[in-house]
Amino acid sequence: MNANEAVARAHREEWARVVATLARRFGDLDVAEEAAAEAFATAVERWPADGVPPNPGAWLTTTAYRKAIDRIRREDKRGDRQREAQMSYEAPPEPVGAVEDERLRLVFVCCHPALAADARVALTLRMVGGLTAAEIARAFLVQESAMARRITRAKTKIKAARIPYRVPDAEDLPARVVGVLTVLFLVFNEGYLATGPDADPVRQDLTAEAIRLARLLRALLPQNGEVAGLLALMLLTEARRAARVSPGGELVALDEQDRTAWDAELVAEGHRLVRERLDSGQAPGRYQLLAAINAVHTSARDFRDTDWSQVVALYDQLVRLDRSPVVTLNRSVALAELDGPAVALASVDRLAGQLDGYHAYHAARAELLRRLDRGRESRAAYDRAIELAGNTAERAALIRRRNGSG
Amino acid sequence: MQYLLNVIHDSAEFATEEEQAAIVVFNQRMKADGYWVFAGGLGVTDNATVVDNRGDEPLVTDGPFVETKEYVVGFWIIEAPDLDVALRLATEGSKACHRKVEVRPFL
Repeated sequence: MNANEAVARAHREEWARVVATLARRFGDLDVAEEAAAEAFATAVERWPADGVPPNPGAWLTTTAYRKAIDRIRREDKRGDRQREAQMSYEAPPEPVGAVEDERLRLVFVCCHPALAADARVALTLRMVGGLTAAEIARAFLVQESAMARRITRAKTKIKAARIPYRVPDAEDLPARVVGVLTVLFLVFNEGYLATGPDADPVRQDLTAEAIRLARLLRALLPQNGEVAGLLALMLLTEARRAARVSPGGELVALDEQDRTAWDAELVAEGHRLVRERLDSGQAPGRYQLLAAINAVHTSARDFRDTDWSQVVALYDQLVRLDRSPVVTLNRSVALAELDGPAVALASVDRLAGQLDGYHAYHAARAELLRRLDRGRESRAAYDRAIELAGNTAERAALIRRRNGSG
Repeated sequence: MQYLLNVIHDSAEFATEEEQAAIVVFNQRMKADGYWVFAGGLGVTDNATVVDNRGDEPLVTDGPFVETKEYVVGFWIIEAPDLDVALRLATEGSKACHRKVEVRPFL
């Protein structure tokens, strides 16, 4: 491994730890982030000449620590006494709980419910994922300056409102973990089905980053069922990536996908996680159920071979946890394979009031109407779906299906 | 660290007896737990007066500084170690008085 590869690898593996350690030491995310960035820039300069240090993580932390002290001294000279006070502030030792990894505190700060949802996503990608503001801006199709402002504003609020740098109490933990998972799922979904008209239909950088963060969270909270569930869901979805978009740039639906193109390793890893959760005997949460549904799909040799009664049964459980009409819509699509398109259509039509503005609702109706030989209504529904779809590959697939529907 | 908890309301109705009783219980607990600094209820914004003495002459106008449907009807000032504690108290306070609560850190 050459020095540049070593820096890239250290960035992937050590960035969050360096930021987290410094944030804890100085009680200031801004100082931590800047010092970490400077330490990595120093590594880029020095490692090719001096050689890669035997313990890159320790080297980076020490270098970042010195950079932070330098910055604080510079600012102290300008008369900022508050910083000095922070510098001498040592957090009292806390009882050693189940989880002591600094990175976990960092994740919980970045995903704090008092921050705006888009700020949580941006801050997590920056502080934990190590992406630059420019990279995050590109990923979410906003101006870099706007993204930088979003991140700065969040950091300012954390400091001014004193959002604590710690893992939540046992009482608050489950709800706060759900908040973290929501952030990771948002990042993954934006990659899995990018919304912008000019975006690539599948953003592998984002799905890969979400999976990396989910793996980290899984390592930090190995007992948490929903963390395992979300990771499994991501892996089983990511496994199908190569089969999801045709060479012509169209989204390929599950029934038309080339299953030999699925990533067998990711499928196996996802299945292991789902089995682990089943063996736990605990009631599954939302992500575990979604993962289980995907496990059923990825266990089938072909679409017809799918155990639809199992899929519908899992959706029934999910509907009890999550009353969202989108869940009911997905259940109806599975129901079509079990009880036929007429039953499914009746179920879908009941969602008209809630989902009229949602492209997938019209796409599902269009498909069911086509199967019921109601061609004119089907084409009208496809037209609505195409009008509302944001993803380029999905639009292309819908247009083909409409034109192919008798 | 001190936080201002603004109680937000959208009508001229006073707190019900039940709400008042719940507020008293909540206040007593905040005092017992050492979070309490100060609290107060405010009259409707119709009774507000804005004074602007930034220019040559003091300007006095009837009404609030900004007309909104929702307005601050009361507040707590609390001493709390961090935002998580302040949010927990705001959650309890909102339940007690049955109104929205805005949490703002002091500088």
